[in-house]
Amino acid sequence: MTAVLATWAGPLSQDFFRRAFAAGTAAAIAAGLVGAFLVLRNQVFAGDALSHVAFTGGLGALAFGFAARTGVFTATVAVAILLAVLGGRALVNDVVTGVVFTWLLGLGVLFLSVFTSSRATGNGAGAVRVLFGSIFGIDAASAAQTAWIAAGVVAAMLVIARPLLFASIDPRVAEARGVPVRMLNVVFLVAAGVMVAQLVQVVGALLVLGLITTPAATAQRLTARPWRALAASVAIAVATVWAGLWLSYLSPSLPPSTAIIVTGCTTWLAVEASHRVRHGHRDGPVEIPAGA
Amino acid sequence: MPTTEAWPGVLAAAPRLTWDLGRDVHLLLQYPFMRNAFVAGAVAGVMCGVIGWFAVLRGETYAAHTLANVAFPGASGAVYLGLAPLAGYFGFAVAGAGLIAWLSPPRPGARERHSATVGAIQALALALGFWFVSLYRGFLTSLSGFLFGSFLGVTRDDVAVLLITAIVALAVMAVIGRPLLFASVDPLVAEAAGVPVRAVSLAYLVLLGCAVAEASQFTGVLLVLALLVVPAATASALTARPSLGLALSVGLAVATVWAGLAAAYFTNRPVGFWVTSAGFVGYVLARGAAALRGRPRLRVAAA
Repeated sequence: MTAVLATWAGPLSQDFFRRAFAAGTAAAIAAGLVGAFLVLRNQVFAGDALSHVAFTGGLGALAFGFAARTGVFTATVAVAILLAVLGGRALVNDVVTGVVFTWLLGLGVLFLSVFTSSRATGNGAGAVRVLFGSIFGIDAASAAQTAWIAAGVVAAMLVIARPLLFASIDPRVAEARGVPVRMLNVVFLVAAGVMVAQLVQVVGALLVLGLITTPAATAQRLTARPWRALAASVAIAVATVWAGLWLSYLSPSLPPSTAIIVTGCTTWLAVEASHRVRHGHRDGPVEIPAGA
Repeated sequence: MPTTEAWPGVLAAAPRLTWDLGRDVHLLLQYPFMRNAFVAGAVAGVMCGVIGWFAVLRGETYAAHTLANVAFPGASGAVYLGLAPLAGYFGFAVAGAGLIAWLSPPRPGARERHSATVGAIQALALALGFWFVSLYRGFLTSLSGFLFGSFLGVTRDDVAVLLITAIVALAVMAVIGRPLLFASVDPLVAEAAGVPVRAVSLAYLVLLGCAVAEASQFTGVLLVLALLVVPAATASALTARPSLGLALSVGLAVATVWAGLAAAYFTNRPVGFWVTSAGFVGYVLARGAAALRGRPRLRVAAA
């Protein structure tokens, strides 16, 4: 009995695990909520692009002698606004995202070369690590910071949640009813940018992508009701992070981000498969959408 | 003088650009690695220009980015298992394309949840890739080249493989081009007219996967969109006519790669930076021109 207890509660007696647990839970709540809206609004590519832009921002700041943090936040917020503006009426357009994102990565490569050639000992490895930061390496200060930023983002999301939901589900009707659709889009993308900027630095771009996509995709398959889907997305994100952290602790050769994402994807694929079994998946006659 | 980071061990310093065009071109092409890079850039540009134009038309930009990233576990997994990385690239890209096609909404035209599906597949692929890398530690040292490309290490054999891939891909595109165009512009009518919409879409995604897997060996997985999406987006901003758009897309893709290679050669800064910057400037100019003319742009799948 004590052996079983030690296996399950043991990791919580370790400082690094407690910090990962706290930061991971905060990250999961914010990412689950923001991700649900990204999925609903078909803006996942924009979220993904923001996480890569953080890389350019961090490198740019380092290349010109600023703190990496400053660059990461500035770049993600600026690009969030740029994407919203260039997207035009479509709010965010995947083609625009692809073009902007590619150029910013190109800039990142330039900064990498400036940074590595300006100091003799520099090699790109540290910079590349930005893309795969580790949740098990967080110090207490950044865990607390992550919790505060996540709380701020969640609060902002809750304030705009109602009109944003309306604007996401039916932008035209929302606009006709006086909802500031384009302004909400800017606010939402900036909130997403701030969240992504913080999470990329503590858990890495890879895990950010996993946390904004899989819980939201799973939740959307479980329920068609928007508010329930939001709640389910947050709950699934938190459960996934906890399960992944424990899995990774129990089998050290499995990196925590891989464990969390594989857990999330397995859940999503299982839900997707059972949905198809229950509802069938045949092409059938083509449905002409109303108003077409 | 910066170090020769962009030119691994070949040149001591960046060659100077002069006003003598003939001498510049001679300087540019004096090394075999530069000649190979120019040929590879042209072949990759033609292939990506054609396939990318359809990606922009169909709104599959994110799928293109994802298929490039899927190459990551493919390559790292193949290295871990002791196979050729190329086999991993192609195997995973084709599998990823199949998975996206299978998991995407079945009805033509229904795009909701598409980006979530694509993003989740990408997350899974990257997570696996990261795992393989951590199992086999040696690969990580070349991770930067893998992400951002090494156009300059191109050998004659690489060019041959690229050429064969491009010829096969373009031949398949020639066969499915017409029904694919129909299915992309109006899936419902195409289906009613007897076009096998799902089969054509699957075939296209597999082609996209192969093109991305091949091109990303030179551009790196993160910058492959510079060949695949940026020229096509620029062409689509300028014209809605398919034949002209395809031609422009191919021309712009080859031109940006060549311009990027030449600029990198003379400035000793990374090719990736110059290629993406040239492409981005072209895109911004095209959007500006389109806005000035006030003509409706081709925007089928972005709605």
